[in-house]
Amino acid sequence: MKGSSQPRPESGFELYAWVFMRLSGILLLVLALIHLFYMHVLNNVDAIDFRFVAQRYATPFWRTFDLMMLWLALIHGLNGLRTVVIDYVHARGWRFASLASIYVIGFIFLALGSLVILTFEPSKFALVR
Amino acid sequence: MARPLQYLSYRGRGGHWSWILHRLTGLGVLFFLLIHILDISLIGWGPRVFDSLLIIYRGRVFRCMEVLLAGAVIYHALNGIRIIIVDFWPAATTVHRKLVYAVALIFVVVYVPTAVLMLNGLVK
Repeated sequence: MKGSSQPRPESGFELYAWVFMRLSGILLLVLALIHLFYMHVLNNVDAIDFRFVAQRYATPFWRTFDLMMLWLALIHGLNGLRTVVIDYVHARGWRFASLASIYVIGFIFLALGSLVILTFEPSKFALVR
Repeated sequence: MARPLQYLSYRGRGGHWSWILHRLTGLGVLFFLLIHILDISLIGWGPRVFDSLLIIYRGRVFRCMEVLLAGAVIYHALNGIRIIIVDFWPAATTVHRKLVYAVALIFVVVYVPTAVLMLNGLVK
């Protein structure tokens, strides 16, 4: 379809992936733009430090927000990369290696990100300064 | 494997640049996201490690990249809306070119003030 990034797949995994890209895209539109505006325009990297994050993570709201954004953004982004690999990498070995690394990277980064968001405990550290 | 130039020749003219930009901004944002997950995870090692890392982010080079990143996110979001409109409302293909211009226009209207606000903090 003209102007569409990908033609709609007929069925199965690729159809779900296609729908996921659009649904997560709409959710990320809200989440990522709020995140961008709140963290990079209203506040900025001069204001952000350990104390700032500790205060932000004192209530479950921002943890839930960040966890949703992490999962949606990472899967949306890696699925986009998967589409690019399928489009450009035709040699069988390279394609397998590229796709396999996407899944490995996805697993490691989702685990690391979720672990940090869910287990971060500021009171474990004496707040110096 | 196809020749490099073939990768850039797409199936249509109107959406051609939108399509290239959508992929490039998407890949750029994904690359930053992976780094961002790694750096934020350092917070688990306490304030000393985390705050010393943030010094990198306060440097001028990174602040400029941050402004570019904001542009990539905003463009990708707006063009994503256009893609969804065309996907779910096929009649929109008749005003396809207008939608591409609308994305460009809204991008300028949203991004210019955002970039100014972000760069203001940099100059101070």
